[in-house]
Amino acid sequence: MDTESAYSGYSYYSGRSRGSHRHGERSRDRHKSRSKESSRSEKSVTINAPPAEPLLGDQSVRGEEVQDDNWGETTTAVTGTSEHSLSQEDIVRISKDLDDSVGLDCKRYLNVALSVILGLVVFLTPLAFLILPHLLWPDRLRACGTACEGLFISVAFKLLILLLAVWALFFRPPRAGLPRIFVFRALLATLVLLFVLSYWLFYGVRILDSQDEDYQGIVQYAVSLVDALLFIHYLAIVLLELRQLQPFFSLCVTRSTDGATQHYNLGQLSIQRAAVVILENYYKDFPVHNPALLTASKSRAAKHLAGLKVYNVDGPGENNAAAGIAQSQSRAMIAAAARRRDSSHNELYYEEAEHERRVRKRRARLVVAVEEAFTHIRRMQEEEQKKAPGDVMDPREAAQAIFPSMARALQKYLRTTRQQHLHSMESIQQHLAFSITNNMTPKAFLESYLTTGPTLQYGKDRWLARQWTLISEASVTSGLKDGSVFLLKCIDFSLVVTTKKIPYIQLAEEFIDPKSHKFMLRLQSETSV
Amino acid sequence: MSFIPGQPVSAVVQRIEIHKLWDGDNLILGFSIGGGIDQDPSQNPFSEDKADKGIYVTRVSKGGPAEVAGLRLGDKIMQVNGWDMTMVTHDQARKKLTKKNEDVVRLLVTRRSLEDAVRQSMMQH
Repeated sequence: MDTESAYSGYSYYSGRSRGSHRHGERSRDRHKSRSKESSRSEKSVTINAPPAEPLLGDQSVRGEEVQDDNWGETTTAVTGTSEHSLSQEDIVRISKDLDDSVGLDCKRYLNVALSVILGLVVFLTPLAFLILPHLLWPDRLRACGTACEGLFISVAFKLLILLLAVWALFFRPPRAGLPRIFVFRALLATLVLLFVLSYWLFYGVRILDSQDEDYQGIVQYAVSLVDALLFIHYLAIVLLELRQLQPFFSLCVTRSTDGATQHYNLGQLSIQRAAVVILENYYKDFPVHNPALLTASKSRAAKHLAGLKVYNVDGPGENNAAAGIAQSQSRAMIAAAARRRDSSHNELYYEEAEHERRVRKRRARLVVAVEEAFTHIRRMQEEEQKKAPGDVMDPREAAQAIFPSMARALQKYLRTTRQQHLHSMESIQQHLAFSITNNMTPKAFLESYLTTGPTLQYGKDRWLARQWTLISEASVTSGLKDGSVFLLKCIDFSLVVTTKKIPYIQLAEEFIDPKSHKFMLRLQSETSV
Repeated sequence: MSFIPGQPVSAVVQRIEIHKLWDGDNLILGFSIGGGIDQDPSQNPFSEDKADKGIYVTRVSKGGPAEVAGLRLGDKIMQVNGWDMTMVTHDQARKKLTKKNEDVVRLLVTRRSLEDAVRQSMMQH
């Protein structure tokens, strides 16, 4: 029997659910982080995530009510208090979301605008150098000979190459919004600007003012500008892309809630860029953050503290003794807790063994149910398709047909492993249709439910935190150093990152002559004399 | 008895004289040896230093001439009739012990208890 009083999202589909509560719940939860709410406290009723459907999904609700009886048990009542409350944290979070989204877009657009302007200026400068003499003093210009016209072609192609290269390197959708300016890019932009300005200065003074007649010289000057721009682009590639490819540091990333750890090898990057790389890898390497798994240790901790109460027998003392009393109280509590014959370790051991057994039992039932369900479906051959018998289904209908037979076992398994909020019924059916279409075996279908995958695996709404905060003692634009530590905080947890330098590896060579591999038997003989 | 390769070995030894016994056609001494420079020293259960490739007594038959003469299990044989036994192959050791024309073999053997006894007696002074 299900003894939790948690109001599971699945009971929405029950005919017995309360209609009015449903809508209010959904509109509010679109803004909130679900996990935060569910882990808020153990005293109030936790409300797990509603299924991942927008508010307009009401029609599908009605359609699925027909299948409801087979979709697991429904849970018990909801107490009225926590449903309609909107905590202070949620208000803060909603306002923060609005603020941040506006600020971020401004910064992004500003950056894009500046870079487009710079690009246009840079691109049009050589063309301006070539065209201006023709416009300003066409009669005095010496005619352009063959070599000079050859240079026109070279200018054209180099400009084309520059355009393609700049498009390839810079005009990519930005991966992330960094807190401080990207130092290398700013440096390069400044360099390009200064460079172009100095060329304009020279051109203005020496050519425009004096109205030079040597057109070939002017064309060569424009060609040299384009060459230099190509070299600056090469510098940009080296600084922005190539320099950090060689691994230099090994970063150890630990999640604060459950200790999941990964290691990454990165090159010489600034702290903010390293943070971006780590976060991109976080979504594919770390198992999804499941707050339901953390409640057990919290309740144990609560029990440890709740067991003891310290009384001050000596009566109220003076003010300056209050601090001393508090200190001695805490020390007394720690000492008493250490001496107490605590059997919580025993409970933990048996609880874990029991849980393990339960999980294995349910897993066995689930595997059998799914295998059996898959045998009811058969892929139709080509010839049969032409004959068109009655019961032809597309993958989605086929999935809906076999889903009820495994639904109960699956839901029980998800409940036991506390994964039920990660998978909605809709997503399970979609995955089932997908597996059937691609000829996956039952084991392949089950794999995403039996093991917790990385956050990427679950729907987009599961990517709970896209707003990360970088907390670092050193400046975030400074480079990584051996021993630097920084934190990446999101609403539910934080990632602690420590850096270690990869040691200098000294490789030595040793040559072993293949003919020197000779062997002998080891004898231990005993002789009687 | 410390064994440092290249350095002279010093040990406290006991002189044991074994008279060979006629057993049918053969002269036997009544014990078995193991070890030698061509053998694997790490398998030796009696040696202190597992790199010691000397000749060790691995079995003493009950009531045989060796036991009567005072040879014990685990003794390391240093000399046989003046021939060195610390750097010989297993076969050479066997040959030195089983010479047909010798009736008596005089062994110098060493064991841990000898050294301990000497050290104890020295400490008492």
